[in-house]
Amino acid sequence: MSNNFVDIQNMSFYRGDRAIYKDISLQIPKGKITAVMGPSGTGKTTLLRLIGGQLMPDEGKIFLDQQNVPDLSRTQLYEARKKIGMLFQSGALFTDISVFDNVAFPLREHTNFSESIIRDIVIMKLQSVGLRGAAKLMPTELSGGMARRAALARAIALDPQLVMFDEPFAGQDPISMGVVMALILRLNQSVGMTSVLVSHDVDESLSIADYAYILSGGGVVAQGTPDEIRHSSDERVKQFLGGLPDGPVPFHFEASDYKLDMDMGGQGK
Amino acid sequence: MKSKQLELMVGLFVVLGFAALAYLAIQVSGLSGASSKDVYQIQARFDDIGGLTQRAKVSIAGVTVGEVDSIVLDKELYMALVTFNIYADVQNIPIDSSLAILTNGLLGEKYVGVSIGAEEEYLIQGGELYDTQSALVLENLISQFLFESTQGD
Amino acid sequence: MKSIQSTGLSAINSIAAFGRAGLFLIQVVLHRPKSFSGAMSLLIKQIYSVGVLSLVIIIVSGLFIGMVLGLQGYTILAKFGSEQAVGQLLALTLLRELGPVVTALLFAGRACSALTAEIGLMKATEQLSSLEMMGVDPYRRIIAPRFIAGLICLPILCIIFSAVGILGGEFVAVSWLQIHGGSFWSLMQQSVYFSTDVVNGVIKAFCFAIATTWIAVFQGYECEPTSEGIGKATTRTVVLGSLSILALDFILTAAMIGDF
Repeated sequence: MSNNFVDIQNMSFYRGDRAIYKDISLQIPKGKITAVMGPSGTGKTTLLRLIGGQLMPDEGKIFLDQQNVPDLSRTQLYEARKKIGMLFQSGALFTDISVFDNVAFPLREHTNFSESIIRDIVIMKLQSVGLRGAAKLMPTELSGGMARRAALARAIALDPQLVMFDEPFAGQDPISMGVVMALILRLNQSVGMTSVLVSHDVDESLSIADYAYILSGGGVVAQGTPDEIRHSSDERVKQFLGGLPDGPVPFHFEASDYKLDMDMGGQGK
Repeated sequence: MKSKQLELMVGLFVVLGFAALAYLAIQVSGLSGASSKDVYQIQARFDDIGGLTQRAKVSIAGVTVGEVDSIVLDKELYMALVTFNIYADVQNIPIDSSLAILTNGLLGEKYVGVSIGAEEEYLIQGGELYDTQSALVLENLISQFLFESTQGD
Repeated sequence: MKSIQSTGLSAINSIAAFGRAGLFLIQVVLHRPKSFSGAMSLLIKQIYSVGVLSLVIIIVSGLFIGMVLGLQGYTILAKFGSEQAVGQLLALTLLRELGPVVTALLFAGRACSALTAEIGLMKATEQLSSLEMMGVDPYRRIIAPRFIAGLICLPILCIIFSAVGILGGEFVAVSWLQIHGGSFWSLMQQSVYFSTDVVNGVIKAFCFAIATTWIAVFQGYECEPTSEGIGKATTRTVVLGSLSILALDFILTAAMIGDF
């Protein structure tokens, strides 16, 4: 029970009429790296926003460190968010201030530390992501990979208990991907930081995760350790892991009969 | 550094705004002139003030010595009762002086001209001038002219 | 039948949007800044980008409008032999109407569209989301400083516009068209009352500031986080802002002129 930092119970979330999540339950154990995977469009980023309280579920409970997020007041929610760090897909650094000021931002906002202490913390965080020399640069001067690392330094500035990674491997060259994986592992091993990573990069995610979920169609289709997942017999899991173009997730978007369509076209439309 | 420069520009911006405001106040709306001077008040009654308005100038020999403070109807005499603010340093207006409502140019504003009288006693606060000449109303002039021109036949 | 339905739907959507905008405004106004000096530095930065950077367009426009007013006014008044009243015409037109309205329209086009684009871009690049996830209120940090900067800057710009316009008109009338300088100024001073004309102009500018800046930040905050969405939101800011300026101008003028 209290081994889970995040506990989602029977949660449903609708967008208009469409059910993004239907009666889903999943747990993020403390101190472990959990991967949440699935085909694109299943709403994996939405899940992170639900955990962080940016979106409200229509049904169910989302427990964050024993507190039910939808029940929290605005002030309580902002307090709770200090325990989470989130790394967005694009980094989302504030473009009008330097890298140093970006990392210092949560410290200046939420703590009363003196400038010299803040400076020390920022330098340490930048050092841990390997960007200490880039402290004075502006975000527009950074490459994509560097921006993401700087955003990671900002996400861990307050030493949060949970870090959420939204598609950390998307569109990265092999070296940057390796850097990100090493950082995630190191953070988890050194301070026991609970990590959730949302991704569709199967090999990278499974190689560092302790536990994984595969989501599809608004629910969990598979969960387990990476080994269990790799040896699953579920058709959907096999298609996803194998990268097979056709299977439970169909190749063809829903359309009428092919021959009929061609014949109609032939008869002078 | 960068923020100092920023603050400087913003400060200059605000100062420029105030300077423009002061310009509008003083040069454009003539604010400072009368309000700083000491004045004393005198009154006069007119048959017809024409287009005389508040703050119209009062002048002696073309020099501004005061302005119109208020215009009300004297309900008993059915005349316009005008109160003037005369600058305190103009102490020597004789009590038999006459006031006339004149026009500055064709479309110009109405002002009050003072013709100095012969008495040696001067006006003080609350005094009244009785010799007044009303404004020239254009319609009266025209009808008078027409009347006289037909008379002459 | 269907067109009535869709008109009704869009009317309901507009009213709902207006309601959201109202709640948004209340939240912006009621936030409590965490520290005064921190809030001040954010505010100063915004006053710079909203006000100081608009100075050039305001001064140049004011100058040209004042000069044109002087020229046109002279031409028309000369037919009545009343060229001397051009100063009066210039000052009253600028202070009461053109100053507030034209400044506000230029402001809506330049500064407000920039505000919408900026906030919209922050939304699209997830900067607003990351602020929220970090437990920082985006109203306090992003929206409120921009809103208050707009309220401060537009009246100042309006005063500068009027002053520069009058200077421009004076240049044309006195130096070029040879109107007597003394009568130019004295006629103007006679007919312009600070407490009504100048102050009313500033009050109008302040009301326009509330309307346009509110529209600008709201559109930016609500826009679709795509490049197309930002473009649409920016256009909407300029169009809605301009229309509301003109509508408010009529209402305020009617209210200020007197009792009907």
